Amino acid sequence: MQKIYSKPKSLRNVKTHYCPGCGHGIIHRIICEVIDELDIREETIAIAPVGCSVIAYDYWDFDVSEAAHGRAPAVATGIKRVHPDKFVFTYQGDGDLASIGTAEIIHTANRGENISVIFVNNAVYGMTGGQMAPTTVEKQKTKTTPLGRDFKLHGFSFKITEMLSVLEPVVYLERCSVHNPVSINKTKRAIKKSFKIQLENKGFSLVEVVSPCPTYWKVTPVEAASWIENNMLKQYPLGVIKDVK
Amino acid sequence: MTEKNRKKITENRKILMCGNEAVGEAAIVAGCKFYAGYPITPQNELTAYMSRRMPEEGRTFIQSESELAAINMVFGASAAGARAMTSSSSPGISLKQEGISYMAGAELPGVIINMMRAGPGLGNITPAQGDYFQATKGGGHGDYHIIVLAPASVQELFNLGIKAFDLADKYRTPVMVMGDGMLGQMMEPIEFQKTENRRQKTENKKNLSSDFYHQTFDKPWALTGCKGRKANVVKSLYLKEGALEDLNNRLQEKYKKISEEEVLFEEYNTEEADMVLVSYGTVSRICKSAAKKLISEEFKVGFLRPITLWPFPYKKINQLAKAGKKFFVVEMSSGQMLEDVILAVNGKSKVNFYGRMGGGIPEESVVFAKVKELLNAKNL
Repeated sequence: MQKIYSKPKSLRNVKTHYCPGCGHGIIHRIICEVIDELDIREETIAIAPVGCSVIAYDYWDFDVSEAAHGRAPAVATGIKRVHPDKFVFTYQGDGDLASIGTAEIIHTANRGENISVIFVNNAVYGMTGGQMAPTTVEKQKTKTTPLGRDFKLHGFSFKITEMLSVLEPVVYLERCSVHNPVSINKTKRAIKKSFKIQLENKGFSLVEVVSPCPTYWKVTPVEAASWIENNMLKQYPLGVIKDVK
Repeated sequence: MTEKNRKKITENRKILMCGNEAVGEAAIVAGCKFYAGYPITPQNELTAYMSRRMPEEGRTFIQSESELAAINMVFGASAAGARAMTSSSSPGISLKQEGISYMAGAELPGVIINMMRAGPGLGNITPAQGDYFQATKGGGHGDYHIIVLAPASVQELFNLGIKAFDLADKYRTPVMVMGDGMLGQMMEPIEFQKTENRRQKTENKKNLSSDFYHQTFDKPWALTGCKGRKANVVKSLYLKEGALEDLNNRLQEKYKKISEEEVLFEEYNTEEADMVLVSYGTVSRICKSAAKKLISEEFKVGFLRPITLWPFPYKKINQLAKAGKKFFVVEMSSGQMLEDVILAVNGKSKVNFYGRMGGGIPEESVVFAKVKELLNAKNL
């Protein structure tokens, strides 16, 4: 019998701590598949964020640094400037990247640092118990918007990827999702493209991945897929946002 | 660096530099590969110096978007195995405390320069010593210390600037070189010869680099890509029950070792003295002059200058206190190091204090008069 599907080498053979239906496991796996396919596991240095995926280094089998909340792009800058020949990426959630780390992501992008960023947008703070994130959508109930997000009261859903698109050194931006197999395949293609851009020394790229959080959306994992369709994609339309050829 | 200065260095002649530039050149000499900084007075000469010198040497200079970004870039560069430095002045150092705490937790080396200015808040840009507590008692969150070096001259900024990198690597800890606006901006002649001698002396030893005048350390923990080894992780998060307590116990062991082995101070006439003047940095120069003047008038006065503020010379001061010496502490603060002197004295003797704040600098004549008055009084 021929083995046609197995765990990527870059992914450790351990159980994750993620909730049922969480998107992190899928995204971790995609990243590892791409790293294996590009054969860069031994050249990779990743930066794990503060949030649910902080212990990503327990699942990834390559060099990883933690970073303080939001500071992953600054840490990545330090690492990449010391090792310009290594492959460096950050993995950040929406609170990390689009709230407390807004300055770091914008300036790292604007310096055109030759790194890749995987931005996981699940519209909520997971690790701390489901508070409003910068990306929380209109009327979404969270622990700190018990009556639903009111744009007039709580500000609008933050579109940081679109914001980054106006920065001249940014090479490639795409928003993807992992709520169905077609989207997962597209996400993998986008991540591979982003990684290749760095390997070709072309500069800064970011892939935003809309990802389910059934626990704090208070839906089942199956319902989470349609929750993305119905609630998130209007605010966060999928597709290429910037692609400098 | 100008050709003129380069020539002088090769001829072992002194060159004139301001303190901020001297500590910048120290980083160059020590093999610092990465510098990130944000503009703030009175340390701007350092950032400007590094912006010229680092590219000259093929190394990285980044003017960061914030103090937070600067210290976290240093975190990254250090995690990647490079010698890295950032610099600022008091309000900016407050912002860096997040990163310093994370570096202490992740056991990352790194050098932080603080050219102190007067606070609290925005304060102003005059020299002060109000950051002593912040620097020596941890500064950020959690149970940790960083090594704090307190130079008192431009030459010492250079020498201790190099030493800071060695200590940081030796103990895998952030090290702060703490001067003030006066030391940073004044110019004095400095010589490189001493470090050249050091290079020749250490050249034959196996584990020491001959490329630079500094020690080199193996960094098997650094993030370099996991080729031929298990993956490395740099972290300060410990979730497993007891794991964080283990880390803390390990850190405290390290701090104990540093306290036993790395205390530095300068003393003058302490054995003969009835009263020992204790001060550090800029104000120690004033105290030294005052002490010498008092001695010339046959007063039994000594002088003690902690060079490491952490670890603090508790043992030395305690010995002097037990020998019956009284103390006179002078600071450009409300009396922060004073508390460590009182701890060291531990009730065995009397501690007097004179300080000025908000950029006020104690005058030699005032220190002289106050000590004289105390010595003339029957009850010290």
